[in-house]
Amino acid sequence: MVGAGFSMLDVSFTMLMLSFVIKKAARLAALLLMLSAVAFALVSLSPIDPVTAYVGADMLRVGPEQRARIAERWGLDDPPVERYLRWLGQVAQGDLGVSMIYRQPVIEVIGQRFLASLGLMGAAWLCSGVLGFALGVLAGGSAGSVFDRLVRWFAYVLASTPTFWLALLLLIVFSVELRWTPICCAMPAGIAPEDVTLAQRLHHLILPAATLSILGVANITLHTRQKLIAVLESDYALFARAQGETRWSLIRQHGLRNIALPAVTLQFASFSELFGGSVLAEQVFAYPGLGQAAVPAGLRGDVPLLLGIVLFSAVFVFTGNTLADLAYQLLDPRIRLAQLA
Amino acid sequence: MASVSLKRAPKRVVTFDVFNRRVRTLGMIAFSVAVLAVMMLLAQVLGVDGLQTRLDVRNQPPSWANPFGTDWLGRDMFTRTLQGLTISLRVGLIASALSAVLGLLVGLAAATLGGWVDAAITWLIDLFMSLPHMVALILIAFVFGGGVNGVIASVALTHWTGLARVIRAEVLQLKTADYVQLSARFGHSKMWIARHHLLPHLFPQFVVGLLLLFPHAILHEAGITFIGIGLSPHQPAVGVILSESMRHLSTGYWWLAVLPGLALLVMVKSFDALGENLRALLDPRTAQE
Repeated sequence: MVGAGFSMLDVSFTMLMLSFVIKKAARLAALLLMLSAVAFALVSLSPIDPVTAYVGADMLRVGPEQRARIAERWGLDDPPVERYLRWLGQVAQGDLGVSMIYRQPVIEVIGQRFLASLGLMGAAWLCSGVLGFALGVLAGGSAGSVFDRLVRWFAYVLASTPTFWLALLLLIVFSVELRWTPICCAMPAGIAPEDVTLAQRLHHLILPAATLSILGVANITLHTRQKLIAVLESDYALFARAQGETRWSLIRQHGLRNIALPAVTLQFASFSELFGGSVLAEQVFAYPGLGQAAVPAGLRGDVPLLLGIVLFSAVFVFTGNTLADLAYQLLDPRIRLAQLA
Repeated sequence: MASVSLKRAPKRVVTFDVFNRRVRTLGMIAFSVAVLAVMMLLAQVLGVDGLQTRLDVRNQPPSWANPFGTDWLGRDMFTRTLQGLTISLRVGLIASALSAVLGLLVGLAAATLGGWVDAAITWLIDLFMSLPHMVALILIAFVFGGGVNGVIASVALTHWTGLARVIRAEVLQLKTADYVQLSARFGHSKMWIARHHLLPHLFPQFVVGLLLLFPHAILHEAGITFIGIGLSPHQPAVGVILSESMRHLSTGYWWLAVLPGLALLVMVKSFDALGENLRALLDPRTAQE
């Protein structure tokens, strides 16, 4: 009987999971469809001529006939809706076109660069999460103290700090003055990519990751602090205090469990800011990630790459939000998938 | 023993706590306004005299004559920073004003028209929020061909969503409020209700929303200018100054990057403090604390 009960539970869980996945996938598809239409419409309005952008420095050597041929080959004279549908059809097959700047398929550019960014963003995401949570707990546990005021002040100032300025600051202190860290890039110059050791890669990762971590800390610290104070003011905390629990054992027993969930959710929901921050940080450190590719794509009018990055970053943010929903399900038994999807 | 506890007690009283919360809020507002006013006035008083090329004082570290040092052309960095901040302020002002008006109109439309308009607007806001801010900024700046127009358009078009949501929620809540319903039963016209009941609630929200948009607008303007998509080098905003300083980083001229960025941080923080404190003051729940 018990076995049957379990398998019943499993079946219903699998069903729920399946419907969750299907609903999420449908939402993502709808989002991408709309986003692609809006982005495509916006890009076609741009005064920057794609042929001129493509030709670039060879401007003088390309005559009007050649330009017309390029425009014809790309189908630039067709009506926008027709072009959009053709592009969408190719995107659906996984073909995002060829990047003009990097002269290789957009999907490859995004794939390679996202791998580099993933290390950076992953490290920053973990560091800021752990550090921010710890700071938030310490500040919330000692609310009103000098330490608490200091942490709050620090977090509020960080919220107004330009990402790229913080990156420059770290670069000046640690790379120029102290010479502890390299000044740029993801690996030492003059070494074949396959000869670069993991230690060298990590060495180059420290500063960009530190920039994003420091900025990511502010939000989660303030949030955790607030939640912990709310827990400590609750009736069950008062009851536990009356039973003789000390403040820190109370936080360990009752506090952490209740504030971990919103913190994890918040951290997953921060994918959007993480991606935005990586654009600026990668620019300062010349770190060859996806964010650094977004800049020339916009600057030099590499439309296929720009559209590819727009769609990809939306998928990235969507993934973060979906993971936040799943984290709820795993960490809080009161919340069920059916409610979320 | 008694003397020990007497001695310890006053230690917890920090001088700031002498004033009550409201006075402190007013004080912070006055202080923020003063900081910003001093910055803007200094930019006017100093003028552009310091911007002339003087090759005899190139790359000087900060001193009394040049508080922020000089750059590779001997230009006074303090003057450049203040002028740059003025440009950023102007661009930020236009962009956030446009954005706030857009947010207000969209929020009002969503709340009053309802139905499919509301659904479409909610959906549009979700669409905007599905994209990282920086990517949206780059996309829109590109669409408008970069430059000043690109910056203003991209910042204005990416910052209205928050305020639109606030306004929409506020109007929806007001519409069902008892006193508004009662007022309608008393025979007051819709315009009368809008002017006497809705406006007094929405106006503070709008002003605070506008003020709180400001720091974000300036930060994002500086951000996209820094990466080169925003203002051109002919308009030396802070973002341009900082991106130029990158080329002189390895030479050890730290003041080129550190001090203008710090000034930008002070300006953004002042606006932020101004907005937050004004909100605390206007919100009846926190005004008298």
